[in-house]
Amino acid sequence: MKRRPWFLFTMLAFGFAFFYIPILSMIVYSFNGSRLATVWGGFSTKWYASLFSNRQVGAALVLSVQIALISATVATILGTMAGLALARFTKFRGRLLFTGMVTAPLVMPEVITGISTLMFFILMADWVGWPGSRGFTTITLAHITFSMVFVTTVVQARVSQSDRAIEEAAMDLGSRPWQVLWDVTLPTIFPAVLSGWLLAFTISLDDVVITSFTTGPGNTTLPLLIWSKVKLGVTPDINALATLIVLAVGAGVIIAGIVLNRAEARRARDERLAYRANE
Amino acid sequence: MPDQPAPFLRIDGVSKTFGTFQAVKDVSLTIAKGEIFALLGGSGCGKTTLLRMLAGFEEPTAGRIWLDGQDMTGVPPWERPVHMMFQSYALFPHMSVAKNIGYGLKHEKLTKDQRMARVREMLDLVQLTPFADRKPHQISGGQRQRVALARALARQPKLLLLDEPLAALDKKLREHTQFELMSIQERTGVTFIVVTHDQEEAMTLADRIAVMDKGQVKQVGAPGHVYEHPDSRFVANFLGSITQFPARVSSVATDRATVEVPAFGATVETGLIPGLAAGEALTLAIRPEKLTILREKPAGLNAIPGEIKDLAYFGKDSLYRVILPSGELISVHAVNAKREDNRPDWYDKIWLGFEPASAILLRD
Repeated sequence: MKRRPWFLFTMLAFGFAFFYIPILSMIVYSFNGSRLATVWGGFSTKWYASLFSNRQVGAALVLSVQIALISATVATILGTMAGLALARFTKFRGRLLFTGMVTAPLVMPEVITGISTLMFFILMADWVGWPGSRGFTTITLAHITFSMVFVTTVVQARVSQSDRAIEEAAMDLGSRPWQVLWDVTLPTIFPAVLSGWLLAFTISLDDVVITSFTTGPGNTTLPLLIWSKVKLGVTPDINALATLIVLAVGAGVIIAGIVLNRAEARRARDERLAYRANE
Repeated sequence: MPDQPAPFLRIDGVSKTFGTFQAVKDVSLTIAKGEIFALLGGSGCGKTTLLRMLAGFEEPTAGRIWLDGQDMTGVPPWERPVHMMFQSYALFPHMSVAKNIGYGLKHEKLTKDQRMARVREMLDLVQLTPFADRKPHQISGGQRQRVALARALARQPKLLLLDEPLAALDKKLREHTQFELMSIQERTGVTFIVVTHDQEEAMTLADRIAVMDKGQVKQVGAPGHVYEHPDSRFVANFLGSITQFPARVSSVATDRATVEVPAFGATVETGLIPGLAAGEALTLAIRPEKLTILREKPAGLNAIPGEIKDLAYFGKDSLYRVILPSGELISVHAVNAKREDNRPDWYDKIWLGFEPASAILLRD
């Protein structure tokens, strides 16, 4: 008999418990009939009802998603360009400076980025009269700035791995550099671009610190709303909201898993096909 | 090879420097239309850099390249009538075999039907019609190689560059593919330039080869000529096997020279090379298959005494290592043309005979 690695199993159990018991308890308490978040008062779905009737929450969600969509898309375009440049042009004047400037937000404390962005907007407003007020535009700009680096990193890693000869082959067959980018480079790095976009989207969607510095009156994103509500004590409707978010994320992960599994199965089948094609 | 080689491709004093490293040094070559020309050399000899300059991926630091009367300086890769078959094949992974082959055609003024006809013709040429809709990862290595070839030929280039075309194939497939490449070249009439480190590949494929070393072309010629008449120790050694000995010229006559070879403990007769003078120190080289193992000292041939130290019997031929009186070793290759049981054996004292013309005198 093999000795049971009970120590490892115990550690695993504690680890999972540490991760998931809080989430589970939150889901359970979202169905709490009591007004107090920590006292069980019987099963009820009233907090979900109150959540859906809360216009504030709906507006915050819409605002968050809008900002996340726009900032992720712009950050992906800029980040992909930066990633391509860093991976493909190994030598250009100011490369080190460029690398540093692109990746700085990765190591900069968010508070610093938030404050400096705020200062910048205030100074800009003083000098050129823009932005007149802070809100949607300033939040989006700030999100683009700090989520771009994640796209850059993902894309750069992917491009460095890919075979340069593929691009040269396209060029050799008569395509100009722009066409090569469109026909060959982007399709081959597309998975990286997509995951960069998803990363930027999630980062934007749950950001509190930078958003709180760059927002203005009347522009409350969902994380900001939750944050401000929690400051006054955790209410069960926040539990309900968080439960919905967990469900949405869980569904996303499961769908992604299924898609990946299918792709893997298809790849395995293709390989068998190629093997049989061997003379 | 055409009878009158027209200067179809002229490489004129081309050099390429990367930083302080000189990859290609003052290379000049002319290549005729319809020729298969091989650039042969070890890794880092500059052959790939030269090929990339022909494709337009690198600009020469000095010198010019002329193709069919047109100066290629400053012409970007996408405007050159030169296509390349990459060593990794560089197929577009997200496109089917047919799309890969047809990719270059979208830059030509063709109707959709003409384009499809050309793709079909190419698929037929490389016998891949049943695989037209497969993706590159759904076909075998040999098939990928043929897709790469068809893709490069689809636009009917003036010049096709092949970077180690057979390196990624296994041995059995390589032999077969070699002949297929030659037959495709014959049918299409496109000028081929092949870069390879494999001398057998270069010799079987090419009409002419250029042996390169350290960025320079050491020798150019038909495979047979370069093999039999190498003009440097590097080329002699790189192409086939050869044993080399230091030697000194004793005397020069009208049609032959007498050369003293300390390793042989004797003087031998050789052919002439231009400007040979008595007293000159040079290298005498001889290929294993030019030597004959004899029981008796031969008359009318150069003869060196020796003892068999090692032998490998392959059936149709044998390889011997013979130790000379000086203690140096020489390789001998013998074809077992006759059925006999009394072949030279270990420790046999024998004589090695060779024709004066078989000895190669090398200065460089």
